[in-house]
Parts: sequence; C-alpha cells; structure tokens
Amino acid sequence: MEKFQRLTAKVAPLDRSNVDTDAIIPKQYLKSVKRTGFGPTLFDDWRYLDPGEPGMDHSQRRQNPDFVLNDPRYQGAQVLLARKNFGCGSSREHAVWALTDYGFRAVIAPSYADIFFSNSFKNGLLPLVLDEAIVDQLFNEVLAEPGYQLTVDLEAQTVETPSGERFSFQVDPFRRHCLLNGLDDIGLTLQHADDIRAYEQKRGAEAPWLFPA
Amino acid sequence: MTGKTLYDKLWDAHVVRREDDDTALLYIDRHLVHEVTSPQAFEGLRLAGRQPWRTNTVLAVPDHNVPTTDRDRGIADPVSRIQVETLQDNVTSLGITFFPMSDVRQGIVHVIGPEQGATLPGMTVVCGDSHTSTHGAFGALSVGIGTSEVEHVLATQCLLQKKMKNMLVSVDGKVGPGVTAKDIVLAIIGEIGTAGGTGCAIEFGGEAIRDLSMEGRMTVCNMAIEAGARAGMVAVDQTTIDYVKDRPYAPRGEHWEQAVAAWRELKSDPDAKFDHVVHIDAAGIQPQVSWGTSPEMVAPIGGRVPDPALSGDAVKTRGMERALEYMGLQAGMPVTDIQVDKVFIGSCTNGRLEDIRAAAQVVKGRRVAENVKLAMVVPGSGLVKQQAEQEGLDKVFLEAGFEWRDPGCSMCLAMNADRLEPGERCASTSNRNFEGRQGLGGRTHLVSPAMAAAAAVAGHFVDVRDMN
Ligand code: SF4
Repeated sequence: MEKFQRLTAKVAPLDRSNVDTDAIIPKQYLKSVKRTGFGPTLFDDWRYLDPGEPGMDHSQRRQNPDFVLNDPRYQGAQVLLARKNFGCGSSREHAVWALTDYGFRAVIAPSYADIFFSNSFKNGLLPLVLDEAIVDQLFNEVLAEPGYQLTVDLEAQTVETPSGERFSFQVDPFRRHCLLNGLDDIGLTLQHADDIRAYEQKRGAEAPWLFPA
Repeated sequence: MTGKTLYDKLWDAHVVRREDDDTALLYIDRHLVHEVTSPQAFEGLRLAGRQPWRTNTVLAVPDHNVPTTDRDRGIADPVSRIQVETLQDNVTSLGITFFPMSDVRQGIVHVIGPEQGATLPGMTVVCGDSHTSTHGAFGALSVGIGTSEVEHVLATQCLLQKKMKNMLVSVDGKVGPGVTAKDIVLAIIGEIGTAGGTGCAIEFGGEAIRDLSMEGRMTVCNMAIEAGARAGMVAVDQTTIDYVKDRPYAPRGEHWEQAVAAWRELKSDPDAKFDHVVHIDAAGIQPQVSWGTSPEMVAPIGGRVPDPALSGDAVKTRGMERALEYMGLQAGMPVTDIQVDKVFIGSCTNGRLEDIRAAAQVVKGRRVAENVKLAMVVPGSGLVKQQAEQEGLDKVFLEAGFEWRDPGCSMCLAMNADRLEPGERCASTSNRNFEGRQGLGGRTHLVSPAMAAAAAVAGHFVDVRDMN
C-alpha cells in the first residue's frame, strides 16, 4: 500500500451530500477483475453526457461541462471536498480504487459511510473528518480562490489553508500507523497466527457445530 | 455489572485479540463470496503466495451478473461471463463450495446463505457486499466488507474491526393489516435517515419485529445498511430456531441440541445499555413508497410528494430539488398519481417465497395494466423458484402478464441485461433508489412486494389495502 504522510494539493469541491458508491463508480464497471483502470470512469454518470460502457475510449466521450471535475480550474486536484455521508451505499472497493486511480489521495467531509471509510484506509486514501462549519468554510474558500490548495499532514493530524489557518482532525491510531508506514494488514494479522489457532481450539470446544470436519 | 446487548455478546464471543481499546481481531465463522467483489482478493492472495486459512467456512455463488432468461445458452455479455468464470476458477481450484448457475441451489448470496442453513445464529458472517446485514436476522453478527477485507478474511479467517455503538430500534405494538416488513424498514429509514445508524450496530426489537417471520426479519435487517448501519440484527427466538432446523448446513443430532441451548441466550439482557434508542409506533406505519433518490426519501401511500422548500435546511432543500428533478415529479402531487412503466419483484430484500406469495395474492385473477411495459418476478434462488412453481405461483404471474425469470440480482442493480431505460419509472421491491441504480436515467420507487404487485395491476401506485 502507498504511504500517506504529508500532501499539499489542489482541492476539488463536490457540493453534494449522500454521494453514493453507485455515483462514484457505476455498476457496469464493476465487471472488471482488476484493481486498476477505474479513474476515467470515476463519477461517470455526472462526468459524461453520453452513457459509458466498459472497454470504451473514455477520452473520446462528451464531457459534462457543468461537472466540477471537468472544470479546468480543478485539474490535478488530489483532495476532494464533499458534504456529509460520503460513500454511502454498496461495499464496492472499486469506489476507492476509482478515486485513487483518478489521483485523489484524501477526501474531506463531515462524515462518511462506514464501509467506504474502512476501504479507504486499505488503499492509501485518507478520509478526513472535519466539522460541518469548517467544511462550509473550505467550500467558500475553494470557490472564491482559483488554484486553492490545502496541506494535509497525517503525522501532525492537521489541515492547513493557504492563509495559514490550521484545523486538526482525529484519526484512529492503528489506521494512522498503517497509513503512515504503508503497512499491509494481512501481514500484521498473520503475525498473530498462534492467537487465531488458540481461539479456534477454545471456540471449537464450546461450539463444535461451528467446526465441522 | 450491567447487562450485555446482543451485539456485545456476539462481539465478545469472537474476539481473538484486542489491538487497542476498541479495535479487535474478530474471528469469522462464515464467509460468503460472489463474483463482483472477490476477483481482486483472490488475485491478491496468489500474488502474495498465501493460502486460504479455512476453506470450509466459505460458500461461493455467482448472482450479480447472471442472466435471468435462457440460462442454458450461458452469459451473452463477455465481460460478465469472464467475471463469473473467474469466480468459478478461483474457488474450485481451492476446493471451496460453489453453486454454479446450473445448480438449483444457486441464487442471491443473501437468500441462499439462510436457505442452506449456512447462516446460523451466533455466527459472524461476512461477505463482500453491503447487504450482508441481512443475516443479522438470525441473531448473527454480519457485516458487509470491501475487497481488501475479503482477502484479509480469506487469508486469516479474521477481520480487523472497531467496535460499533449499540443502537436499538424498537417498533412497538402491532402493524395494521397490509403493512409488511418492507414498509416497517422504509418507515424506519424515513424516520432516522440514511446516516441515522452510521457507526452503529442496530438491534431491531419490539412486538412488530417479533411478530415477523424470518423472511420479514431478513427484509428489515437487509436495509439496515440503508440506514447507515453496517450491521442489523434481531434476537433469537423460537421463530429463528424453527427456521434453521433441518437445513442442509445446520447442525444435527447432539450438536443441534447443544447449539439450540447456546442460541437461546442470543438476546440483549434486560438491563443492557444502548447508546441510542429509537421507538417507532407500529400502528402509525402505512404502506410506503420512496419518491426520491435516497432511501430516506419515502412517503406513505396516502401522502404527497413533499415540498423541498419546507425542509428547513439549505443543503437538504437542494438535495430534494435535485431528486425531484431526476425523478420527474412535482412537489405536492399525491403518491397515487405516480404512474409506473416497469415493475420488478425480487432482490435480496424481497425475493423470498413469502414475498412472492404476497405479490401473487394481489395479482391473482387480475391483469398487468396497459401502460406497464414490463412486470417481472425474479425469485431469490433456484429453490425459491422451484417451491413457488410447486404452489402454482408462476402460473398466477404468467396469466396476469408478468414475466417469470431465473434467480439472481437482476434489475436490483442492472449488471445483467435487465435494466431501465432513461426516464423509465419502476416500482421495485429492491433496496436502493440511487440515481442510475436500475439503469442510466432510470427512476426507482422502493415498495413492498404487495405494493409492487398492486402498482403493476393499477398502472400507478395504489394502496394495496383498498384492493381486497
Ligand atoms: S439483490 Fe441487489 S442488493 Fe442484493 S446482493 Fe444483489 S445487487 Fe446487491
């Protein structure tokens, strides 16, 4: 997994609440058996005017000029600013893969849906929670100032605006540690293989029906 | 010491080790796998040279991409076909139990787990699918996971989890006649909102929940995720135990007796503490119809499409306006004036035998209205289909002008050929009315099976209670 430590980058403002995973990556693209290549179809239904199918050359499609990611001013954004309950809906990790493949490294919103939130950490995408009032302020600033950038510092747990204003955010220590160091949780868990076997022994004695031969 | 909730009991019984105060490594008893969210997980295992920890806890089935007609001709769409074949190759090479498309036991993963007795009370159940919450109806801790977690569970039999908060949604008293489990859960989401359960495990309780069959409880828990909760659950009672008995994967003999004794403890203690408690009056619930593009946007059948201007919150007003525009509806119009083009009865929310029976009862002796272009019933599994046919329900639907299909997810998310065309409006028994969910530009109204059947017959939404 790619490490996340500190990032200074442009911000794209997606002014909607309850952005669902069907909107982030529509189902026709879930047929892929790969983890990569989802960037061009991120927010497909909003981003293009013509219907998209897997295997198309998406660069040839008609872009929706009103959609924020098509605005020349937000090209190269690596931070996505959104409203509450971002990533609700299905468990599809493709939603996170699409965001990272597009180039996003962090999302800022007042709240997230649980599965999306935990999927993000497993793919080096930092879902950062700030108060609704601060998110509102950031929306106003991004819209007012072309080229607006934020600095996200995971080590210090802060977000810094161009004027030097700093907001701190909370993040679970274990997840922070994994993200800072780019650690794979499977490897970490397998270090505890003996604990897993001991659990199976004990549980198998209490609830043998869960351990059929 | 204060008592424990059902969730606390399930959590405690599965902790392998604690990572810190509220994160633990939890042991997983059942892992259900389907074709869409697993290929990258199997690939990850192979690339890392890892073996699955315990293959006999895994049950795999294709459901999202499978066609619902002409199965013997295989899958026409080559991309869908590759995904289903990839699943088959991945699981058969590892000796994992697999129900192929030709097997009568094939169906939607959340229908077949319980049907086979692969989902048992007291288990931890995971699947790379958010509607895994369904299995909580059995007094199990069941959560939807992402693909990285699918790989983690395959490799370690464990999931790294943060303990959620305890929330109780108690539906007090009895529902009126004609009000179903689907109406109950839509009314709950309408009340608490799509983020109302975020960070929580919801236990559904109260008389109206206890009165439900297992099918009804599964419908309610299925949509816990639409209320933002990763897990929904219902305490074990005699209804649970009677449902599980004699299912193919259920314990037998001495193990059965032992299991039942343990399962009877799977309920919250009377003095258990919940972080949040919501009470809902069952008698006040009417049949529900969703009008917008989020499952919290629901109205009772006797009501009207709400006016965004009256929401009292600017962000919410904008969301409602956008939803009305997408749905092509006017604020203030009666719900019964909404005409439908297609009707879909099926999905892991409402594709079980009881659902199909309820719809058939409404349809019997009637005809699908002229303006309805397509009305289809897609049973949740091959066994549901077989049983419905033994009861002659297929004939009831076919005579009324419905199509009777093969099992799968179908038009719940339109990954196969079944979908809405732009602008088409559908009465659907599924769980999500997001933009484009049933096809680009398609408009979904979530309802119960009986209400969907009534809309098919009337050509618009109508109170099913007025039809008998
Ligand atoms: S029926 Fe719909 S909600 Fe259920 S598993 Fe299939 S696609 Fe998901």
